[in-house]
Amino acid sequence: MSYLLPALVGLVCFAMLAAAFVAIRGAGMAIAILAAGLVSLMASVLFLVLAAPDVAMTEAAIGSGLTTFLLFFVLGRVRGGEKEEGGHG
Amino acid sequence: MVKRLVALALLAVFGLVFATLLTGYAPDAELNQTARYYAERTAADLGAANIVTAIIVTYRGLDTLGEVTVLFLAAAIVGLVLAEGAHDRSRMRPPVGELLTTGTRFLVPMILLLGAYVFVNGHLTPGGGFQGGAIIASAVLLMLLADPLRHFSHRLISAIESLAGILYVAIGIAGLFLAGGFLDNRILPLGNLGELASAGAIPLIYSLIGLKVGAEFSSMLASLSETEEP
Repeated sequence: MSYLLPALVGLVCFAMLAAAFVAIRGAGMAIAILAAGLVSLMASVLFLVLAAPDVAMTEAAIGSGLTTFLLFFVLGRVRGGEKEEGGHG
Repeated sequence: MVKRLVALALLAVFGLVFATLLTGYAPDAELNQTARYYAERTAADLGAANIVTAIIVTYRGLDTLGEVTVLFLAAAIVGLVLAEGAHDRSRMRPPVGELLTTGTRFLVPMILLLGAYVFVNGHLTPGGGFQGGAIIASAVLLMLLADPLRHFSHRLISAIESLAGILYVAIGIAGLFLAGGFLDNRILPLGNLGELASAGAIPLIYSLIGLKVGAEFSSMLASLSETEEP
């Protein structure tokens, strides 16, 4: 039982790092936004595991809900101009 | 090249700082003085079952008023900046699909109910005004996704927002005269611990914060959806 919590925390942290890597290096902007939302979702799971349900609710509602929508919305508005920066897309 | 080296060096320094913090971390065996005060006295002093809410709304109520003010400023600035791009919305858009429309009709009332539940029960269960407000805004977001041409009355939203803000400050000032100080929740009877109508003014204040935050987020989303398509 005592190993369960650290193992869960480690797993969630690893998933967060993987999602963050996908967000930076992933193929395409839409996948990057989804991955960034996933990082927030994992963070809210982590807060829940660490016994902070109040923070977890805020993170889930704002971090992975409204922010993801906002980024998608802006992506829809600037569509077509995103490649001109010469970045990694 | 130099830029990349500087970035790497900065990352290394950050890594070092966090590694030192992590290796030096040991969980406290017992609560420190402040935490112990909150854990032992909250139920008796303020009648709130959720200690986090008691700290946010009453012990640190002034900070929360500041937070709400910051959020209000952010919403006001978004509205100000995006009002420039407002346009006539007569153009037809393609339908968004049966699944989203029907799902929205089914889900929006339930999401609104959950949001109201979260902020009304802020003193009993996890969550509160900020979380409930964000949940209510996500219902507005769903309505906007299902029907992008839907128009939300900005006058109604700002009326709700201003009224909630004024009442919040008024309750705070009432605490000065009727109880121990600004935003003291004991202007109303504390009631029995764990009941919905308990903890003095906390449910009232958190409901007002929930309405205010929900209205602010909704107004941001509505202004965003009213901006011009490129």
